[in-house]
Amino acid sequence: MKKVMMGNHALSYGAMLSRARVISAYPITPQTQVVELLSEMCADGSLDARFIKVESEHSAMASCIGASVAGARTFTATSAQGLALMHEMLHWASGGRHPVVMGNINRSMAPGWSIWTDQNDSLSERDTGWMQYYCSSNQEVLDTVIQAFKVSEALMIPAMVILDAFSLSHTYEVVELPDQAEVDKFLPPFDPEIRLTPKDPHAFGGLTSPEHYFELRYKLEMDMQKAPALIEETGREYEKLFGRRLGLVDPYLCDDAGLILVTSGTAGSTARVAVDALRQAGVKAGNLRIKVLRPFPFEVVRAILRKAAKVAVVDRNISYGAHGIFYQEVKSALYGRPGMPPVFGFIAGLGGRDITVDTFKEVVDHTLGHEAADEAIVWIGVKK
Amino acid sequence: MKDKKAKKIVFRSADDMPTMVISIGSQTHNKTGAWRNIRPEIDLGRCLKCGICWKFCPEPSIEIVDEWPVVDYDYCKGCGICAEECPAKCIVMVEEKR
Repeated sequence: MKKVMMGNHALSYGAMLSRARVISAYPITPQTQVVELLSEMCADGSLDARFIKVESEHSAMASCIGASVAGARTFTATSAQGLALMHEMLHWASGGRHPVVMGNINRSMAPGWSIWTDQNDSLSERDTGWMQYYCSSNQEVLDTVIQAFKVSEALMIPAMVILDAFSLSHTYEVVELPDQAEVDKFLPPFDPEIRLTPKDPHAFGGLTSPEHYFELRYKLEMDMQKAPALIEETGREYEKLFGRRLGLVDPYLCDDAGLILVTSGTAGSTARVAVDALRQAGVKAGNLRIKVLRPFPFEVVRAILRKAAKVAVVDRNISYGAHGIFYQEVKSALYGRPGMPPVFGFIAGLGGRDITVDTFKEVVDHTLGHEAADEAIVWIGVKK
Repeated sequence: MKDKKAKKIVFRSADDMPTMVISIGSQTHNKTGAWRNIRPEIDLGRCLKCGICWKFCPEPSIEIVDEWPVVDYDYCKGCGICAEECPAKCIVMVEEKR
Protein backbone atom coordinates (compact mmCIF):
# COMPACT_ATOMS: atom_id res chain seq x y z
CA MET A 1 0.00 0.00 0.00
CA LYS A 2 1.20 3.49 -0.85
CA LYS A 3 0.65 6.40 1.48
CA VAL A 4 1.64 10.06 1.41
CA MET A 5 3.31 10.86 4.71
CA MET A 6 5.81 13.11 6.42
CA GLY A 7 9.21 11.81 7.47
CA ASN A 8 8.18 11.81 11.11
CA HIS A 9 5.27 9.49 10.36
CA ALA A 10 7.58 7.24 8.34
CA LEU A 11 9.41 6.67 11.63
CA SER A 12 6.09 5.93 13.38
CA TYR A 13 5.00 3.46 10.71
CA GLY A 14 8.43 1.85 10.80
CA ALA A 15 8.07 1.26 14.53
CA MET A 16 4.50 0.02 14.07
CA LEU A 17 5.42 -2.45 11.33
CA SER A 18 8.35 -3.60 13.49
CA ARG A 19 5.79 -4.36 16.22
CA ALA A 20 7.56 -2.32 18.90
CA ARG A 21 6.10 -3.37 22.25
CA VAL A 22 7.16 -0.44 24.40
CA ILE A 23 7.39 3.18 23.32
CA SER A 24 8.56 5.77 25.78
CA ALA A 25 9.09 9.35 24.75
CA TYR A 26 9.02 13.02 25.59
CA PRO A 27 7.88 15.50 22.93
CA ILE A 28 10.22 18.02 21.31
CA THR A 29 9.97 19.93 18.04
CA PRO A 30 10.60 18.68 15.34
CA GLN A 31 10.13 15.12 16.64
CA THR A 32 6.68 15.43 18.27
CA GLN A 33 4.59 13.94 15.47
CA VAL A 34 6.60 10.71 15.58
CA VAL A 35 5.39 9.80 19.04
CA GLU A 36 2.05 11.59 18.67
CA LEU A 37 1.06 9.13 15.94
CA LEU A 38 2.48 6.18 17.89
CA SER A 39 0.45 7.18 20.96
CA GLU A 40 -2.68 7.25 18.77
CA MET A 41 -1.82 3.80 17.40
CA CYS A 42 -1.42 2.51 20.97
CA ALA A 43 -4.72 4.12 21.99
CA ASP A 44 -6.80 2.77 19.09
CA GLY A 45 -5.26 -0.69 19.28
CA SER A 46 -3.63 -0.71 15.84
CA LEU A 47 -0.32 -1.18 17.67
CA ASP A 48 -0.16 -3.62 20.58
CA ALA A 49 2.33 -1.65 22.63
CA ARG A 50 2.64 0.09 25.95
CA PHE A 51 3.14 3.85 25.59
CA ILE A 52 4.99 5.31 28.57
CA LYS A 53 4.72 9.04 29.17
CA VAL A 54 7.75 10.36 30.99
CA GLU A 55 8.97 13.66 32.41
CA SER A 56 12.20 13.89 30.39
CA GLU A 57 14.24 12.31 27.62
CA HIS A 58 16.60 10.91 30.24
CA SER A 59 13.67 8.96 31.65
CA ALA A 60 12.45 8.04 28.17
CA MET A 61 15.70 6.27 27.41
CA ALA A 62 15.90 4.81 30.94
CA SER A 63 12.47 3.22 30.56
CA CYS A 64 13.32 1.95 27.07
CA ILE A 65 16.39 0.27 28.55
CA GLY A 66 14.30 -1.27 31.35
CA ALA A 67 11.73 -2.58 28.88
CA SER A 68 14.45 -3.90 26.59
CA VAL A 69 16.06 -5.79 29.47
CA ALA A 70 12.66 -7.37 30.11
CA GLY A 71 12.66 -8.59 26.49
CA ALA A 72 10.46 -5.98 24.79
CA ARG A 73 11.26 -4.41 21.44
CA THR A 74 11.49 -0.72 22.30
CA PHE A 75 11.37 2.50 20.32
CA THR A 76 11.69 6.18 21.10
CA ALA A 77 12.45 9.39 19.24
CA THR A 78 13.92 12.75 20.07
CA SER A 79 15.89 15.77 18.80
CA ALA A 80 18.76 18.07 19.79
CA GLN A 81 18.43 19.15 23.44
CA GLY A 82 16.38 16.02 24.16
CA LEU A 83 19.11 13.80 22.76
CA ALA A 84 21.69 15.70 24.79
CA LEU A 85 19.65 15.13 27.94
CA MET A 86 19.65 11.39 27.13
CA HIS A 87 23.41 11.32 26.83
CA GLU A 88 24.13 9.38 30.01
CA MET A 89 21.45 6.82 29.18
CA LEU A 90 22.84 6.35 25.65
CA HIS A 91 25.96 4.90 27.24
CA TRP A 92 23.79 2.70 29.45
CA ALA A 93 21.94 1.34 26.42
CA SER A 94 25.05 0.52 24.41
CA GLY A 95 27.30 -0.48 27.31
CA GLY A 96 24.56 -2.69 28.74
CA ARG A 97 23.89 -4.09 25.25
CA HIS A 98 20.21 -3.16 24.95
CA PRO A 99 19.08 -2.96 21.29
CA VAL A 100 16.79 0.07 21.55
CA VAL A 101 16.03 1.77 18.23
CA MET A 102 15.53 5.53 18.28
CA GLY A 103 14.56 8.12 15.73
CA ASN A 104 16.53 11.33 15.96
CA ILE A 105 15.49 14.36 13.99
CA ASN A 106 18.63 16.42 13.34
CA ARG A 107 17.99 19.80 14.96
CA SER A 108 20.68 22.38 15.72
CA MET A 109 21.83 22.67 19.31
CA ALA A 110 20.89 25.77 21.30
CA PRO A 111 21.88 28.47 21.96
CA GLY A 112 20.72 30.36 19.95
CA TRP A 113 17.48 28.48 20.04
CA SER A 114 16.92 26.77 16.74
CA ILE A 115 14.45 24.18 15.60
CA TRP A 116 16.09 23.90 12.17
CA THR A 117 18.40 21.21 10.97
CA ASP A 118 22.06 20.44 11.37
CA GLN A 119 23.86 17.33 12.53
CA ASN A 120 25.67 18.46 15.64
CA ASP A 121 23.12 16.85 17.98
CA SER A 122 23.57 13.28 16.74
CA LEU A 123 27.27 13.71 15.97
CA SER A 124 27.86 14.75 19.58
CA GLU A 125 26.70 11.19 20.38
CA ARG A 126 28.93 9.57 17.76
CA ASP A 127 31.13 7.86 20.33
CA THR A 128 28.43 6.47 22.60
CA GLY A 129 28.46 3.03 20.97
CA TRP A 130 25.20 3.48 19.01
CA MET A 131 24.88 2.67 15.34
CA GLN A 132 23.90 5.73 13.30
CA TYR A 133 21.94 5.65 10.03
CA TYR A 134 21.52 9.01 8.22
CA CYS A 135 18.52 8.86 5.88
CA SER A 136 17.62 10.91 2.83
CA SER A 137 14.01 10.01 2.03
CA ASN A 138 10.86 9.11 3.94
CA GLN A 139 10.85 5.68 2.32
CA GLU A 140 14.38 5.09 3.50
CA VAL A 141 13.40 6.20 7.02
CA LEU A 142 10.61 3.63 7.23
CA ASP A 143 12.67 0.81 5.72
CA THR A 144 15.67 1.59 7.90
CA VAL A 145 13.70 1.39 11.17
CA ILE A 146 12.70 -2.18 10.30
CA GLN A 147 16.24 -3.09 9.25
CA ALA A 148 17.75 -1.37 12.30
CA PHE A 149 15.74 -3.54 14.70
CA LYS A 150 16.97 -6.67 12.93
CA VAL A 151 20.63 -5.64 12.97
CA SER A 152 20.52 -4.22 16.50
CA GLU A 153 18.87 -7.28 17.99
CA ALA A 154 21.32 -9.63 16.28
CA LEU A 155 24.28 -7.71 17.71
CA MET A 156 22.68 -6.34 20.91
CA ILE A 157 23.73 -2.80 19.98
CA PRO A 158 21.27 0.12 19.90
CA ALA A 159 20.72 2.27 16.80
CA MET A 160 19.67 5.79 15.82
CA VAL A 161 17.72 6.36 12.61
CA ILE A 162 18.44 9.97 11.76
CA LEU A 163 16.65 12.44 9.50
CA ASP A 164 16.90 16.16 8.82
CA ALA A 165 14.49 18.51 10.56
CA PHE A 166 11.78 19.86 8.24
CA SER A 167 13.52 19.03 4.95
CA LEU A 168 12.56 15.45 5.78
CA SER A 169 10.70 15.36 9.12
CA HIS A 170 7.84 17.59 7.95
CA THR A 171 8.08 16.97 4.20
CA TYR A 172 5.45 14.75 2.63
CA GLU A 173 6.49 12.03 0.19
CA VAL A 174 4.93 8.89 -1.21
CA VAL A 175 5.95 5.94 0.90
CA GLU A 176 5.34 2.28 0.12
CA LEU A 177 4.11 0.57 3.29
CA PRO A 178 5.35 -3.01 3.34
CA ASP A 179 2.89 -5.76 4.08
CA GLN A 180 2.83 -6.66 7.79
CA ALA A 181 3.06 -10.39 7.17
CA GLU A 182 6.15 -9.86 5.00
CA VAL A 183 7.73 -7.62 7.63
CA ASP A 184 7.05 -10.33 10.22
CA LYS A 185 8.98 -12.78 8.03
CA PHE A 186 11.92 -10.40 7.85
CA LEU A 187 11.81 -9.39 11.50
CA PRO A 188 10.80 -12.13 13.94
CA PRO A 189 9.89 -11.19 17.54
CA PHE A 190 12.71 -10.01 19.81
CA ASP A 191 13.79 -12.97 21.89
CA PRO A 192 16.94 -12.15 23.86
CA GLU A 193 18.95 -14.94 25.39
CA ILE A 194 19.14 -13.19 28.74
CA ARG A 195 16.33 -11.08 30.11
CA LEU A 196 15.01 -9.65 33.33
CA THR A 197 12.75 -12.33 34.77
CA PRO A 198 12.05 -13.59 38.31
CA LYS A 199 12.63 -17.12 36.98
CA ASP A 200 16.32 -16.42 36.39
CA PRO A 201 17.41 -13.45 38.45
CA HIS A 202 20.46 -11.42 37.43
CA ALA A 203 21.97 -8.13 38.40
CA PHE A 204 22.25 -5.94 35.30
CA GLY A 205 24.87 -3.25 34.81
CA GLY A 206 26.59 -3.97 38.11
CA LEU A 207 29.97 -2.94 39.43
CA THR A 208 32.69 -4.08 37.02
CA SER A 209 36.29 -4.08 38.17
CA PRO A 210 39.32 -3.38 35.94
CA GLU A 211 39.54 -7.18 35.60
CA HIS A 212 36.48 -7.25 33.33
CA TYR A 213 35.50 -3.78 32.09
CA PHE A 214 38.12 -3.73 29.30
CA GLU A 215 36.84 -7.04 27.90
CA LEU A 216 33.24 -5.82 27.91
CA ARG A 217 34.28 -2.86 25.76
CA TYR A 218 36.35 -5.13 23.52
CA LYS A 219 33.30 -7.34 23.01
CA LEU A 220 31.15 -4.32 22.12
CA GLU A 221 33.67 -3.23 19.50
CA MET A 222 34.06 -6.76 18.10
CA ASP A 223 30.28 -6.93 17.63
CA MET A 224 30.20 -3.40 16.16
CA GLN A 225 32.74 -4.60 13.59
CA LYS A 226 30.29 -7.30 12.50
CA ALA A 227 27.70 -4.63 11.72
CA PRO A 228 28.84 -3.48 8.24
CA ALA A 229 28.53 -6.98 6.77
CA LEU A 230 25.25 -7.56 8.59
CA ILE A 231 23.79 -4.26 7.37
CA GLU A 232 24.68 -5.23 3.78
CA GLU A 233 23.31 -8.76 4.23
CA THR A 234 20.01 -7.67 5.79
CA GLY A 235 19.82 -4.90 3.17
CA ARG A 236 19.98 -7.54 0.40
CA GLU A 237 17.40 -9.69 2.22
CA TYR A 238 15.16 -6.63 2.49
CA GLU A 239 15.55 -6.01 -1.23
CA LYS A 240 14.42 -9.57 -2.02
CA LEU A 241 11.23 -9.09 0.00
CA PHE A 242 10.44 -5.45 -0.70
CA GLY A 243 12.46 -4.43 -3.76
CA ARG A 244 14.52 -1.76 -2.05
CA ARG A 245 18.20 -2.23 -1.28
CA LEU A 246 19.47 -0.86 2.03
CA GLY A 247 23.22 -0.35 2.18
CA LEU A 248 25.97 1.37 4.09
CA VAL A 249 26.40 4.03 1.43
CA ASP A 250 24.45 5.22 -1.57
CA PRO A 251 26.68 6.10 -4.57
CA TYR A 252 25.39 8.08 -7.54
CA LEU A 253 27.39 8.13 -10.81
CA CYS A 254 30.62 7.43 -8.91
CA ASP A 255 32.07 4.78 -11.24
CA ASP A 256 33.61 7.15 -13.79
CA ALA A 257 33.60 10.31 -11.66
CA GLY A 258 36.70 12.46 -11.45
CA LEU A 259 35.14 14.54 -8.69
CA ILE A 260 33.02 12.93 -5.98
CA LEU A 261 30.86 15.04 -3.67
CA VAL A 262 30.44 13.30 -0.32
CA THR A 263 27.25 14.13 1.59
CA SER A 264 24.89 12.76 4.22
CA GLY A 265 21.17 13.17 4.84
CA THR A 266 18.96 15.17 2.49
CA ALA A 267 21.85 17.25 1.11
CA GLY A 268 22.51 14.20 -1.07
CA SER A 269 19.42 14.74 -3.24
CA THR A 270 20.47 18.36 -3.86
CA ALA A 271 23.99 17.19 -4.65
CA ARG A 272 22.56 14.88 -7.31
CA VAL A 273 20.81 17.74 -9.06
CA ALA A 274 24.17 19.53 -9.03
CA VAL A 275 25.92 16.40 -10.34
CA ASP A 276 23.47 16.14 -13.24
CA ALA A 277 24.05 19.81 -14.13
CA LEU A 278 27.82 19.35 -13.93
CA ARG A 279 27.69 16.31 -16.17
CA GLN A 280 25.70 18.31 -18.75
CA ALA A 281 28.45 20.93 -18.58
CA GLY A 282 31.06 18.22 -19.19
CA VAL A 283 32.36 17.73 -15.63
CA LYS A 284 32.38 14.08 -14.60
CA ALA A 285 31.00 14.46 -11.09
CA GLY A 286 29.43 11.92 -8.75
CA ASN A 287 27.84 11.83 -5.31
CA LEU A 288 28.59 9.43 -2.48
CA ARG A 289 25.99 9.63 0.27
CA ILE A 290 27.27 8.08 3.46
CA LYS A 291 24.26 6.55 5.15
CA VAL A 292 25.87 4.68 8.04
CA LEU A 293 28.38 6.68 10.07
CA ARG A 294 28.71 4.16 12.89
CA PRO A 295 30.04 1.63 12.24
CA PHE A 296 32.06 3.63 9.69
CA PRO A 297 32.05 1.77 6.35
CA PHE A 298 35.80 2.08 5.75
CA GLU A 299 36.13 -0.51 3.00
CA VAL A 300 33.25 0.57 0.81
CA VAL A 301 34.06 4.27 1.17
CA ARG A 302 37.67 3.57 0.20
CA ALA A 303 36.70 1.38 -2.73
CA ILE A 304 34.47 4.09 -4.20
CA LEU A 305 36.61 7.16 -3.52
CA ARG A 306 39.95 5.74 -4.60
CA LYS A 307 38.92 5.92 -8.25
CA ALA A 308 38.27 9.68 -8.13
CA ALA A 309 40.83 12.42 -8.78
CA LYS A 310 39.34 14.69 -6.12
CA VAL A 311 36.90 14.31 -3.24
CA ALA A 312 34.85 17.13 -1.69
CA VAL A 313 33.07 16.49 1.61
CA VAL A 314 30.21 18.80 2.56
CA ASP A 315 29.47 18.80 6.28
CA ARG A 316 26.37 20.19 7.95
CA ASN A 317 28.14 19.99 11.30
CA ILE A 318 31.36 21.08 12.92
CA SER A 319 33.80 19.75 15.48
CA TYR A 320 35.01 23.07 16.88
CA GLY A 321 38.76 23.40 16.71
CA ALA A 322 38.99 20.63 14.14
CA HIS A 323 36.74 20.42 11.05
CA GLY A 324 33.59 18.90 9.62
CA ILE A 325 33.09 15.45 11.09
CA PHE A 326 32.33 13.48 7.92
CA TYR A 327 35.41 15.15 6.37
CA GLN A 328 37.59 13.90 9.21
CA GLU A 329 36.11 10.40 8.94
CA VAL A 330 36.58 10.22 5.17
CA LYS A 331 40.15 11.49 5.43
CA SER A 332 40.99 8.91 8.09
CA ALA A 333 39.56 6.15 5.89
CA LEU A 334 41.86 7.15 3.01
CA TYR A 335 44.96 8.07 4.97
CA GLY A 336 48.13 6.06 4.58
CA ARG A 337 47.08 4.19 1.45
CA PRO A 338 48.84 4.86 -1.83
CA GLY A 339 47.07 6.63 -4.68
CA MET A 340 44.24 8.16 -2.70
CA PRO A 341 42.70 11.45 -3.93
CA PRO A 342 43.00 14.73 -2.02
CA VAL A 343 39.99 15.43 0.22
CA PHE A 344 38.53 18.95 0.38
CA GLY A 345 36.38 19.86 3.37
CA PHE A 346 33.43 22.30 3.35
CA ILE A 347 31.00 23.42 5.99
CA ALA A 348 27.55 24.54 4.91
CA GLY A 349 23.98 24.78 6.12
CA LEU A 350 24.47 25.07 9.88
CA GLY A 351 21.33 25.99 11.82
CA GLY A 352 19.07 25.04 8.94
CA ARG A 353 20.47 27.43 6.34
CA ASP A 354 19.48 25.92 2.99
CA ILE A 355 21.97 23.77 1.12
CA THR A 356 21.14 24.49 -2.51
CA VAL A 357 22.47 23.54 -5.93
CA ASP A 358 24.43 26.81 -5.79
CA THR A 359 26.07 25.62 -2.58
CA PHE A 360 27.45 22.65 -4.48
CA LYS A 361 28.48 24.85 -7.39
CA GLU A 362 30.67 26.84 -4.99
CA VAL A 363 32.06 23.61 -3.60
CA VAL A 364 32.88 22.34 -7.07
CA ASP A 365 34.43 25.66 -8.18
CA HIS A 366 36.71 25.65 -5.14
CA THR A 367 37.68 22.01 -5.56
CA LEU A 368 38.41 22.26 -9.28
CA GLY A 369 40.24 25.56 -8.75
CA HIS A 370 42.71 24.19 -6.20
CA GLU A 371 45.38 21.61 -6.89
CA ALA A 372 45.82 20.48 -3.29
CA ALA A 373 43.40 20.49 -0.37
CA ASP A 374 44.53 22.56 2.57
CA GLU A 375 43.55 21.90 6.14
CA ALA A 376 41.52 25.06 6.74
CA ILE A 377 37.73 24.85 6.72
CA VAL A 378 36.13 26.18 3.56
CA TRP A 379 32.89 27.88 4.58
CA ILE A 380 30.09 27.99 2.05
CA GLY A 381 27.41 30.64 2.39
CA VAL A 382 28.59 32.23 5.62
CA LYS A 383 28.27 36.04 5.67
CA LYS A 384 31.90 36.91 6.33
CA MET B 1 18.57 -16.86 49.77
CA LYS B 2 21.82 -15.38 48.56
CA ASP B 3 24.76 -17.70 48.22
CA LYS B 4 26.99 -16.47 51.01
CA LYS B 5 29.82 -18.80 50.06
CA ALA B 6 30.09 -17.53 46.49
CA LYS B 7 33.66 -16.94 45.41
CA LYS B 8 34.86 -14.05 43.32
CA ILE B 9 34.37 -14.82 39.63
CA VAL B 10 37.27 -14.07 37.32
CA PHE B 11 36.74 -14.74 33.62
CA ARG B 12 39.81 -15.92 31.74
CA SER B 13 38.89 -14.43 28.40
CA ALA B 14 36.39 -12.11 26.75
CA ASP B 15 34.78 -15.12 25.05
CA ASP B 16 33.86 -16.62 28.41
CA MET B 17 32.08 -13.48 29.49
CA PRO B 18 28.40 -12.72 28.95
CA THR B 19 27.62 -10.09 26.29
CA MET B 20 25.46 -8.12 28.67
CA VAL B 21 26.83 -6.68 31.88
CA ILE B 22 25.19 -9.26 34.09
CA SER B 23 26.09 -11.45 37.00
CA ILE B 24 29.80 -10.99 36.67
CA GLY B 25 30.10 -11.91 40.29
CA SER B 26 30.61 -8.57 41.95
CA GLN B 27 27.36 -8.72 43.91
CA THR B 28 28.17 -12.05 45.53
CA HIS B 29 31.64 -11.33 46.84
CA ASN B 30 31.34 -7.59 47.35
CA LYS B 31 29.54 -7.53 50.71
CA THR B 32 28.21 -4.01 50.82
CA GLY B 33 27.20 -4.37 54.48
CA ALA B 34 30.68 -3.07 55.24
CA TRP B 35 29.53 0.38 54.10
CA ARG B 36 27.09 0.59 57.04
CA ASN B 37 27.54 3.13 59.84
CA ILE B 38 24.25 2.43 61.60
CA ARG B 39 22.51 -0.95 61.78
CA PRO B 40 18.82 -1.72 62.08
CA GLU B 41 17.85 -3.84 65.08
CA ILE B 42 14.38 -5.28 65.22
CA ASP B 43 12.48 -5.75 68.50
CA LEU B 44 10.49 -8.82 67.48
CA GLY B 45 8.42 -8.54 70.68
CA ARG B 46 6.68 -5.51 69.18
CA CYS B 47 6.82 -6.58 65.50
CA LEU B 48 3.41 -6.79 63.77
CA LYS B 49 4.74 -9.07 60.99
CA CYS B 50 3.24 -6.60 58.50
CA GLY B 51 6.14 -6.98 56.03
CA ILE B 52 6.44 -3.24 55.38
CA CYS B 53 10.19 -3.25 56.18
CA TRP B 54 10.66 -6.12 53.71
CA LYS B 55 8.68 -4.27 51.07
CA PHE B 56 10.53 -0.95 51.48
CA CYS B 57 14.11 -2.22 51.81
CA PRO B 58 15.80 -0.99 48.60
CA GLU B 59 18.64 -3.54 48.64
CA PRO B 60 16.67 -5.89 49.39
CA SER B 61 18.30 -7.02 52.62
CA ILE B 62 15.33 -7.97 54.75
CA GLU B 63 14.02 -11.46 54.28
CA ILE B 64 10.90 -12.94 55.80
CA VAL B 65 11.72 -16.19 57.59
CA ASP B 66 8.76 -18.02 59.12
CA GLU B 67 6.76 -14.81 58.91
CA TRP B 68 9.39 -12.78 60.80
CA PRO B 69 11.73 -10.17 59.31
CA VAL B 70 15.44 -11.00 59.33
CA VAL B 71 18.07 -8.45 58.34
CA ASP B 72 20.84 -9.64 56.03
CA TYR B 73 23.77 -7.72 57.50
CA ASP B 74 26.09 -8.84 54.67
CA TYR B 75 24.30 -6.44 52.36
CA CYS B 76 22.30 -3.97 54.51
CA LYS B 77 23.87 -0.54 54.01
CA GLY B 78 22.08 0.98 57.01
CA CYS B 79 19.91 3.46 55.13
CA GLY B 80 17.25 3.38 57.87
CA ILE B 81 14.23 3.25 55.55
CA CYS B 82 12.91 0.17 57.40
CA ALA B 83 13.06 2.00 60.75
CA GLU B 84 11.39 5.05 59.24
CA GLU B 85 8.56 3.04 57.67
CA CYS B 86 7.92 0.55 60.51
CA PRO B 87 4.38 1.33 61.82
CA ALA B 88 5.14 -0.28 65.22
CA LYS B 89 8.43 1.64 65.53
CA CYS B 90 10.10 -1.60 66.58
CA ILE B 91 13.21 -1.07 64.39
CA VAL B 92 15.92 1.15 65.83
CA MET B 93 19.12 2.25 64.12
CA VAL B 94 22.13 1.58 66.32
CA GLU B 95 25.60 2.94 65.70
CA GLU B 96 28.06 0.35 64.37
CA LYS B 97 31.06 -0.17 66.63
CA ARG B 98 34.12 -1.45 64.76
